[in-house]
Amino acid sequence: MEPADELLNDQASLELDADPMRLNMGPSHPAMHGTIRMVMDLDGENVINLDVQPGYLHRGFEKSCERGTWAQVFPYADRLNYVSPMLNNVGWSLAVEKLLGIEVPERCQYYRVVLGELSRIADHFTCNGASAMELGAFTPFLWLLKVRDWVWDILERETGARMTHSFGRIGGMAAPPTATFKDDVRQLIPEIYKVVKETEIMLLRNRIFLDRMQGVGVLTKEQALSYGCTGPVARSTGIPYDVRKDHPYMVYDRFDFDVPVGEDGDNWDRFMVRLEEIRQSVRIIEQALEQMPDDGAVNVDDPRIVYPDKSEVYTTIEATIAHFKLVMEGLRVPRGEVYSFTEGGNGELGFHIVSDGSGTPYRVRVRPPCWYNLAASREMLLGGMIADIIPTFGSVNMIGGECDR
Amino acid sequence: MSQAVVDRLSTELGERILETSDAFGEHEATVAADAWVEAARLLKEDDALQMDHFIDLTAIDYPERASARFDVTLTTRSSVSGQRVRLRTRVKEGEKLGTVSGLWMGANWAEREVYDMFGIEFRDHPDLRRILLYEEFVGHPLRKDYPIDKAQPLVPYREVSDIVKLPPFGIEEGQPFARIDWEARLAGRDQQVSPAIGVQQGQRRTLSDSEAAEQIQARIDARRAAEAAEEGSGK
Repeated sequence: MEPADELLNDQASLELDADPMRLNMGPSHPAMHGTIRMVMDLDGENVINLDVQPGYLHRGFEKSCERGTWAQVFPYADRLNYVSPMLNNVGWSLAVEKLLGIEVPERCQYYRVVLGELSRIADHFTCNGASAMELGAFTPFLWLLKVRDWVWDILERETGARMTHSFGRIGGMAAPPTATFKDDVRQLIPEIYKVVKETEIMLLRNRIFLDRMQGVGVLTKEQALSYGCTGPVARSTGIPYDVRKDHPYMVYDRFDFDVPVGEDGDNWDRFMVRLEEIRQSVRIIEQALEQMPDDGAVNVDDPRIVYPDKSEVYTTIEATIAHFKLVMEGLRVPRGEVYSFTEGGNGELGFHIVSDGSGTPYRVRVRPPCWYNLAASREMLLGGMIADIIPTFGSVNMIGGECDR
Repeated sequence: MSQAVVDRLSTELGERILETSDAFGEHEATVAADAWVEAARLLKEDDALQMDHFIDLTAIDYPERASARFDVTLTTRSSVSGQRVRLRTRVKEGEKLGTVSGLWMGANWAEREVYDMFGIEFRDHPDLRRILLYEEFVGHPLRKDYPIDKAQPLVPYREVSDIVKLPPFGIEEGQPFARIDWEARLAGRDQQVSPAIGVQQGQRRTLSDSEAAEQIQARIDARRAAEAAEEGSGK
């Protein structure tokens, strides 16, 4: 008998330590996307206590907003949820416009809806693709992310940037839609449907995928409400709350679309809700393209709010002065306090802003949907296995930029 | 948002509702700080209100306001009726506010963030630690009197009992070829930029673990001696 076997036969030396083991996961863990630290107590492979510690991507978003002009927040807002920056841009525009008491022209509203829904499609594809990748399926990840690339191609043609567009403006958008915008998006629509179908074929009958997703990371309806969950995480538990439906902003009340809800609040439901929401987003885009006017102004007609046309800035003194004042002093937003909320990629994205009547925000509070979804992730992970942390954390879709600000 | 919720709060709490507002269609009630938890409990548990969906809790700093420095706002929604309402209170500096984390779990992190950013403490909070910043951080950055370009002191390595480590590695860790033989380098014997190539070409002598330990210890001793000498001459 080999010495090692003798060691194995000696039962006394196999007594394992019964104390719980404390394990640090993160802040930079290769299996988790997002910079976050989890300190957990393990009993064997079961998580018996968990402390989720965010903050590693904190860069003072709210403080930074308090020293620039209202328009200078757009680049920061881009970097909140950097997977769907257009939704943040539009959210910030709407918040300031609510305080200003203006409404952008209809063409711009439709333009914002279409760009926003394209961003949401990219966001959900990224999340679902990453969920599959974390369970070892690398092909679906690449398969789904190619749609994000197609969406980004369109956004690049429209905005000039693939990821952080900074395309929103207070009182409009940085540029009107390009001539081929509608055709480009219409060409993409059947491709998106096709990839959603292919995703279902690839994953939904895969035994491994089912076992890792179904019944894992369960969140109840009461917990979701109590933790302040919104978006796909809340809808997966059966709460039919969608800001686009419950508190319609822009032109969302003119579209016919459904709010998918789950039943169990597990990883599977979160995955399926996102997948179905892609379809609903495409439905919204189809209707919005139909209703969107082909010409007309995109920006509000108010030189105190909107930058003058570049050709005029370079040729007339009035426009030069207006441009200079808007850039250096910023537009004046009347004194007041407002909470404006939209449906972001992960749920209710709220901007609670206070103005003291100057060209600089007095206080900007962003209500990041991830923040509360992540707080609830403790309930999903506690009592589960350590290996389930990866898919559950992936399906919560915590985006560090938005969560830690 | 709903006016009915604000009306109900007003009838229940009477004079402790200081003011109400419906600016921008957002219904809001301001309560006295001592009625904060009571008002929140009413929102959550009253059969007519049932504001069971936590939305947000945050603070606003008004350092020049004489009466009370901070505004704390709580936004809630009812999953039953879809109504939304915002509750507001005013807190003096140093005054503790009751926690609502027993009513909505989401308030736990929100209150930790308010504590972290504004320094408002919450009474009976189960776990009031900093959440976005680290525990050695000095000050509360979202206060208006915190300068945005303020530098923070360098935090020393935390003392952890039963773990012995030298920053950034323990002596026995890391790649041996990356340990630079500084004596050789300063004397001009080691000209290679890349430690790995230096080892390959035989120009660099790879330090053994014990040698590296000795060198590190020698450097520590030299620094301590220099510090001691400096202190002695300072006196």
